[in-house]
Amino acid sequence: MAFIPHTEEDRRAMLAAIGVERIEELYQAVPQEVRFPELDLPEPLSEMEAAQELQALAEANVDTQHFACFLGAGAYRHFIPSVVDHVLRRSEFYTAYTPYQPEISQGTLQAAFEFQSLMCDLTGMEVSNASHYDGATALAEAVIMAMAHHRGKRTRFVLSPAINPQYRQVVRTYMQGRDVQLVGDDDLDNDGKSLTELVDENTALVAVQYPDFFGRIEDFSLLGEAAHAAGALFAVVVNPLALGLLKPPAEFGADIVVGEAQPLGIPLSYGGPYLGIFTTRKQYVRKMAGRIIGQTMDNRGQRAFVTTLTPREQHIRRERATSNICTNQGLMTLAATTYLALMGKQGLRKVAELCYHKAHYAAQSINALDGYELWNQGPFFHEFVVKCPRPVAEINDYLLEYEILGGYDLGRDYPGLENHMLLAVTEANSRDEIDDLIQALEEVARG
Amino acid sequence: MAEPLIYELSRAGCPPFPLPDPDVPLSELPQGLTREDLPLPELPESEVVRHFVRLSQLNYAVDIGFYPLGSCTMKYNPKINEDAARLPGFAFTHPLQDPETVQGNLLLMYELQEWLKEIGGFAGVSLQPAAGAHGELTGILIIRAYHLHRGDKQRTKILIPDSAHGTNPATTSMAGFTMVKLPSDERGNVDLESLRAECDDTVAGLMLTNPNTLGLFEEHLQEVIDLVHGCGGLVYGDGANLNALLGVVRPGDLGFDVLHYNLHKTFSTPHGGGGPGSGPVGVCERLVDFLPGPIAAKVEEGDDEMPPLFGLIMPAKSIGRVKAFQGHFGVIVRAYTYIRMQGAAGLRAVADHAVLNANYLRVRLHDTYHVPYDRICMHEFVAEGRWDDAPQVRALDIAKRLMDYGFHPPTNYFPLIVHEALMIEPTETETKETLDAFARAMLKIAEEARRDPELLKSAPHETPFGRVDEVRAAKQLILRYQPESQG
Repeated sequence: MAFIPHTEEDRRAMLAAIGVERIEELYQAVPQEVRFPELDLPEPLSEMEAAQELQALAEANVDTQHFACFLGAGAYRHFIPSVVDHVLRRSEFYTAYTPYQPEISQGTLQAAFEFQSLMCDLTGMEVSNASHYDGATALAEAVIMAMAHHRGKRTRFVLSPAINPQYRQVVRTYMQGRDVQLVGDDDLDNDGKSLTELVDENTALVAVQYPDFFGRIEDFSLLGEAAHAAGALFAVVVNPLALGLLKPPAEFGADIVVGEAQPLGIPLSYGGPYLGIFTTRKQYVRKMAGRIIGQTMDNRGQRAFVTTLTPREQHIRRERATSNICTNQGLMTLAATTYLALMGKQGLRKVAELCYHKAHYAAQSINALDGYELWNQGPFFHEFVVKCPRPVAEINDYLLEYEILGGYDLGRDYPGLENHMLLAVTEANSRDEIDDLIQALEEVARG
Repeated sequence: MAEPLIYELSRAGCPPFPLPDPDVPLSELPQGLTREDLPLPELPESEVVRHFVRLSQLNYAVDIGFYPLGSCTMKYNPKINEDAARLPGFAFTHPLQDPETVQGNLLLMYELQEWLKEIGGFAGVSLQPAAGAHGELTGILIIRAYHLHRGDKQRTKILIPDSAHGTNPATTSMAGFTMVKLPSDERGNVDLESLRAECDDTVAGLMLTNPNTLGLFEEHLQEVIDLVHGCGGLVYGDGANLNALLGVVRPGDLGFDVLHYNLHKTFSTPHGGGGPGSGPVGVCERLVDFLPGPIAAKVEEGDDEMPPLFGLIMPAKSIGRVKAFQGHFGVIVRAYTYIRMQGAAGLRAVADHAVLNANYLRVRLHDTYHVPYDRICMHEFVAEGRWDDAPQVRALDIAKRLMDYGFHPPTNYFPLIVHEALMIEPTETETKETLDAFARAMLKIAEEARRDPELLKSAPHETPFGRVDEVRAAKQLILRYQPESQG
């Protein structure tokens, strides 16, 4: 009976007040034949024993603190300053609920307002919501928003094949059962230029990724113009950390910028919780799903913050709401806000540049090895694709012996890219790690 | 005291956070693709820390005091959960690592799936959904896929009682269904006649919160479920209120076909000021193949020498992924830790004391606050925050005045079927002394409502901020820091 504070005397007094003799009598409404099942669960552990068991489970893993990590593909190992977790561990933040009562939730509300401001600054967009679950569901919500924007009359959605495959899968999950066509991502050769040819009068949304899933960076101005010319919305999926260095998507006409903010101070944690961001132009703010924090005043004349534009949301609009989202990634926005506040103008740029230089050093060095060839053409950020002399799984098994987590096997998602490995290099990879990787790749190529 | 925004604390030229210099040759930056200006604040570390610590002090939280927010299950969040999720072996694993390198993670996920199956009485569980509403969407997409797979294409309706969470109707629309609202009867149950009238071969399913949002266990549950099954529909359970049922009854045994669990309510993972949550979905045998994935599975049985091998699999007719990667693993570790420390007897005790606490508060308050469906409740109950002899006072005023007494208010204005609702869920982790103190404050407020209603109308008085102007926020729509705006 962990975490239950009642004494026997408490129970007696409370039952007497209620007017029953035993707790079991409180369950009269529960059908008797299925009442009180014997649950087959392991015997409970004390905190000391539980801690030992958890420790043993954690240690059964290979982790990126002990092995060099070149795996990215949507989740990245970055340095996280100590301050971030110290802030997250303030239990005034992490043991609060959604800020329904603004008078006693200004900490959460102001931090979320700061998060929205930072996301606008990074993306160049005008408004941001207070988060979605992750980059994938944020993209799915962008698709729903575009559908609502066109009142369901446009049914075509043009997706770049270089959007994270998992994100595109999630969009398809969300769209099943709706009469829509998702096109463009079945041909790996589709780029910003050829996608323009798929945009027509029935197109509700055009979506690309920047940097794309293969790490490439491209100016999408022409595609944005083509989308707008057809009356479609233009969405860009970003890695917000890359925007410390790169031109913000607002500059090439994005109407919606979504993305995964895990790189901003959030641990890998085997895939979550992460942080979906969603920003757009002010004119679309009422169509944007998710919580939004606005500035106001309290009755003592102090600046204060509060959840606003709630008539869009599920608890008021009910079946006419475009999304059912309520709980989002509150604490993760605090991580990103703290990270960005600490890194600041100069720090974020430096992190992004470190990623860029290290990735380019690694890419050039691997490209120079016999048997390997850099697949990317043109500029890239901190990820790149290498054509390998052997199946990626075999190479990764070999790298593991050297305590290296190799890159992502693109053959898993792209039939044309068997033997192609997607490698990510961040500021957290030292030159020694990169050199070890290069040496191991050279060895494995020799067989 | 208002705290400046992080931008207002910024000082141009402040020395940056120290980072190493590049240890590789520099490459040329991509021409025409780099940004000219990065308008982020510049602060020293010490000021960043102070800013966020000061902000934290403006919050109320479970670790500060009683938080009886109905339907939200604000129980104590054990500290070991936090330590467990941060163990480097968990926190530093990449979601796309080869399964053989993350056997600890996969075993943990597999075990939690098994435990949730056992607790809920289901045949399969997916841990992927990110929150309760996300689990709901998942559940309804599963129902949809099930009917379509059988070639049963005319089922377009989802039935929802009027006491349902607001997410239920929105979920229905997201999944492309039409919702049909069912009224409640005079005892707070689903009205059977109305239900019977709607049950035909266009019903895809019923979404039922049980115990319902009045905190009441459906008295005709078996008839409700039989009616829906009888017309070929499936029954979806909103698991937000599962805390009352742990070890008391398994939704699967009651006939629910699919249910979402809220790990951040029932299983003690913290709410984080609005997430992250985690909303796993459990299903009965006939829906197992439709679960979203990937889910953890034993891919090779173990023997005397080798432990079993765990992997990730996609169910055969899966609705697909509902998010990237495997789910909110950090939250999953916390829930695992909690269940591991409770065992079957501990979980049963959780339900018992949650129900005991709710009923105790109900009888402490029901002579003063009208409880419209005043019978033995489960983990929560709903009272009215209004009196005929204090006509100016509304539930909102009572809520705000409670803050002056050091309590978080109950949920107000929900469920919609009770006027001026105050929905009170104490949870099992509260002492009798706390409940008594809360009851005393509530009784005192009821007196104040008659004696000095203005005291309530102008509350809160003792908090760092006074009543916040929501209308102004919606009108001026300042949604980000703007240097020129004085607010």
